[in-house]
Amino acid sequence: MKLDGKVPSGPIEKRWSKYIADLKPVNPANKRKFKVIVIGTGLAGGAAAATLAELGYNVHAFTYHDSPRRAHSIAAQGGINAAKNYQNDADSVWRLFYDTVKGGDFRSRESNVYRLAEVSANIIDQSVSQGVPFAREYGGYLANRSFGGALVSRTFYARGQTGQQLLLGVYSALNRQISLGKVTMHNRKEMLDVVIVDGRAVGVVVRDLLTGKMESHYGDAVVLATGGYANTYFLSTNAQHCNVTATYRAYKKGAFFANPCFTQIHPTCIPVSGEHQSKLTLMSESLRNDGRIWVPKATNDKRNPNDIPESERDYYLERMYPSYGNLAPRDISSRAAKRVCDEGRGVNATGNAVYLDFSDAIQRLGQQVIADRYGNLFEMYERITGVDPYNNPMMIYPALHYTMGGLWVDYNLMSNIEGLFVLGEANFSDHGANRLGASALMQGLSDGYFVLPNTINSYFGKGKPQTISTDHPEFKKSEVEANERINKLIAINGKETPTHFHRRLGKIMWDHVGMARNEQGLKLAIEKIRELREEFWQNLKIVGTASNINPVIEKANRVADFMEFAELLAYDALERDESCGAHFREEHQTEEGEAKRNDADFSFVSAWEYKGIGERPDMHKEELNFEFIHLAERSYK
Amino acid sequence: MKVKLHIWRQNGPNDKGKMVDYNLDNVSSDMSFLEMLDILNEDLILKGEEPVVFEHDCREGICGSCGLVINGKPHGPESGTTTCQLHMRKFKDGDDIFVEPFRSKAFSIVKDLMVDRSAYDRIQQSGGFISANVGSAPDANAIPIAKNIADLAMDAAACIGCGACAAACPNGSAMLFVAAKSSQLNLLPQGQPEKNKRVRAMINQMEKEGFGGCSNYYECEAACPKNISVRFIAKMNRDYFVAVVKEGTKV
Ligand SMILES: Cc1cc2nc3c(=O)[nH]c(=O)nc-3n(C[C@H](O)[C@H](O)[C@H](O)COP(=O)(O)OP(=O)(O)OC[C@H]3O[C@@H](n4cnc5c(N)ncnc54)[C@H](O)[C@@H]3O)c2cc1C
Ligand code: FES
Repeated sequence: MKLDGKVPSGPIEKRWSKYIADLKPVNPANKRKFKVIVIGTGLAGGAAAATLAELGYNVHAFTYHDSPRRAHSIAAQGGINAAKNYQNDADSVWRLFYDTVKGGDFRSRESNVYRLAEVSANIIDQSVSQGVPFAREYGGYLANRSFGGALVSRTFYARGQTGQQLLLGVYSALNRQISLGKVTMHNRKEMLDVVIVDGRAVGVVVRDLLTGKMESHYGDAVVLATGGYANTYFLSTNAQHCNVTATYRAYKKGAFFANPCFTQIHPTCIPVSGEHQSKLTLMSESLRNDGRIWVPKATNDKRNPNDIPESERDYYLERMYPSYGNLAPRDISSRAAKRVCDEGRGVNATGNAVYLDFSDAIQRLGQQVIADRYGNLFEMYERITGVDPYNNPMMIYPALHYTMGGLWVDYNLMSNIEGLFVLGEANFSDHGANRLGASALMQGLSDGYFVLPNTINSYFGKGKPQTISTDHPEFKKSEVEANERINKLIAINGKETPTHFHRRLGKIMWDHVGMARNEQGLKLAIEKIRELREEFWQNLKIVGTASNINPVIEKANRVADFMEFAELLAYDALERDESCGAHFREEHQTEEGEAKRNDADFSFVSAWEYKGIGERPDMHKEELNFEFIHLAERSYK
Repeated sequence: MKVKLHIWRQNGPNDKGKMVDYNLDNVSSDMSFLEMLDILNEDLILKGEEPVVFEHDCREGICGSCGLVINGKPHGPESGTTTCQLHMRKFKDGDDIFVEPFRSKAFSIVKDLMVDRSAYDRIQQSGGFISANVGSAPDANAIPIAKNIADLAMDAAACIGCGACAAACPNGSAMLFVAAKSSQLNLLPQGQPEKNKRVRAMINQMEKEGFGGCSNYYECEAACPKNISVRFIAKMNRDYFVAVVKEGTKV
């Protein structure tokens, strides 16, 4: 099967504007008749729901949270990119486009990325008009900072809470539409299945988390904006409830899952402190603007860092990547940290940490300036570790953070299933094999505010899809299956908790499908995942009933999907026999240990088709054509 | 370290509920408070008992999900800290720790330590927004905003909607929350056109939800994990006064 990305032709800077110009607007009087289901109300889903309602569509939005304001987007700290060129440092749509394609190690679709860069500026305008309090200079104009993987200063930020402020903007727009009766908000409802009739997505089955009841909802279109799957690894920087269920269940219904092995590891997280660890906390990458990363030159150096003289420190990023230094992209910085730790030069009791040191910056700029820039991050660090980072270097280590892979979508953000759209981190588009810092918020809002409202118009322009009753056998079948699965989980009545299994799955993933991967390890991982999954279905223990709020059932249901999805992720990593971006195959590296891409054989998107549990999925390829950017080795030296 | 926990257990909104004691022996001081509860819950599940239900998600102090009254204080003993960011090194070996839900007339208990805070959403829906459709925004730098105003709006915007202010208030007032939310927008030039309507609508909704009034106890400020200042309440009161003079009390 040939996958068609439905990319328009013509000069790249005209493609999106021409697409919009060619749209046949849906008659405003009819818009109310189109019912759109939006699953997820983070930046992507919330923005889409609000904007579609502004346009007049009848929107039903769902989240498993008690309020849309709690979506994981809230946790983003560092910032959001936009090609505004307010700093007059030669930024442009083209440069942002170029940086993103290069940063993604040439594994993304040019046209999508160009569109993203193009609308980025509008996102900032929209957010400011909603009252998002971005940082400003004394003159009253917006401030910017630089971020990893870029040489210009194009990142907008709101203290260390950019995600929260942008999400509150989205949430306020959504609230306005809720108050106008144009969005019906369904809180504490978890989507467990997409319903498909005659090849078209016609609705969803959701579980009311307070009562355990299954409900069916019809939609003329279904939009998934359910975030990423980093929690497959158990320990990650994601919120506790982030999971893969929505996209995985859509995959089981025939939607293709693209590039699942492209998982990003963030270089600056607080290291693991013990077995009890439930999550890893990110220290915003913006810290790398002023912090210098180092380890002792000697192995096993247990001295207090303040006692180690300058000459005995190795500022390894500055040494290896002189032009980007501490701002080298995430994958490169993460692997460099792993390498120095593997050499025995890591710090902390575990040996799995490196220093991030602000003493130079504090000397140069004064403590106040550093406090203004990063005060809340410093406080957070001290609260978690009990160490004061103004007087001691921070300790950091890479952790799973973001997932570039996701459901396959075309230029319209529609999956291979008609009427099923996918936005934000849940889709695979735009970031290729590695995402640049401050670009996920940009993508989520671009998808939600600007792209989907147009592409859904294009879909609806063909006429109103036929309404399917929720009494249709396909709805009933989905409800029954979703219920049966929960009953099956309860019936196991074994001896271990869902978290126990999740932690073990995470360990397999981190050890064999983590920062560095190889054929043998990946094959072993697939075996181990299968064994663990079998054990899970024989020895899981659940308490309580399904008819009251029950976090144990919620968790078990999600872990069950991770157990299947993990295998897909490992398959993709095995099949992609090259190194690119965040996907590092040890078999393919340069003499200096850099990733070695193989464009001749792997310049494609792998889109996987479900074939049954434990069965090998089929891989479809979407070939990537680079018409505008010359494929080059990704060097940050 | 060892701790003696006394935790509020309540099976649902209509159950009477009671404090139940649990001893934990294997607590590390590096654990977060919620990780300590995770350990308790894992033990309970293995024993076939239902775990303690509490809300949490980001565990980074930003989503506003978590919120427990710990030893009588919303979010516990450390100031400017959410429950999820509180660490066990703040407690001593052998401590008794009392854990209860956020209680307030407008927050009903869902189960154990989980409460229904949807009243905060409804207050926001009543007017906590600027009506700016996608497509209508001017260039972001078209209106310069003085840094001190932008910073002040940001101070207000730091509110995470956790509900600690209402839980701490002897009157069960949500004034700090409403003040933070309305002030953020009312301070900014973009928020001016709807300023009067906003503050009246939000205060009106707050009263409808059953939150009490403010009589200057300032417990809210002390409990706020984001250190939102009660000065925003004064600002809201001024905004409200002006709005009522101009437009009356009817929303
Ligand atoms: C700690 C941290 C810091 C970050 N910092 C930055 C940064 O500085 N800049 C940047 O650009 N990016 C950053 N990112 C990445 C960025 O925040 C995310 O990629 C982005 O916010 C994802 O937005 P989203 O709308 O796609 O998904 P989310 O915000 O994750 O929203 C998912 C929504 O889907 C709902 N949902 C999921 N499954 C279901 C289901 N089955 N049923 C019902 N509802 C469901 C959830 O309830 C939620 O509402 C950061 C990420 C982390 C973890
Ligand atoms: S869990 Fe998000 S603020 Fe505590």
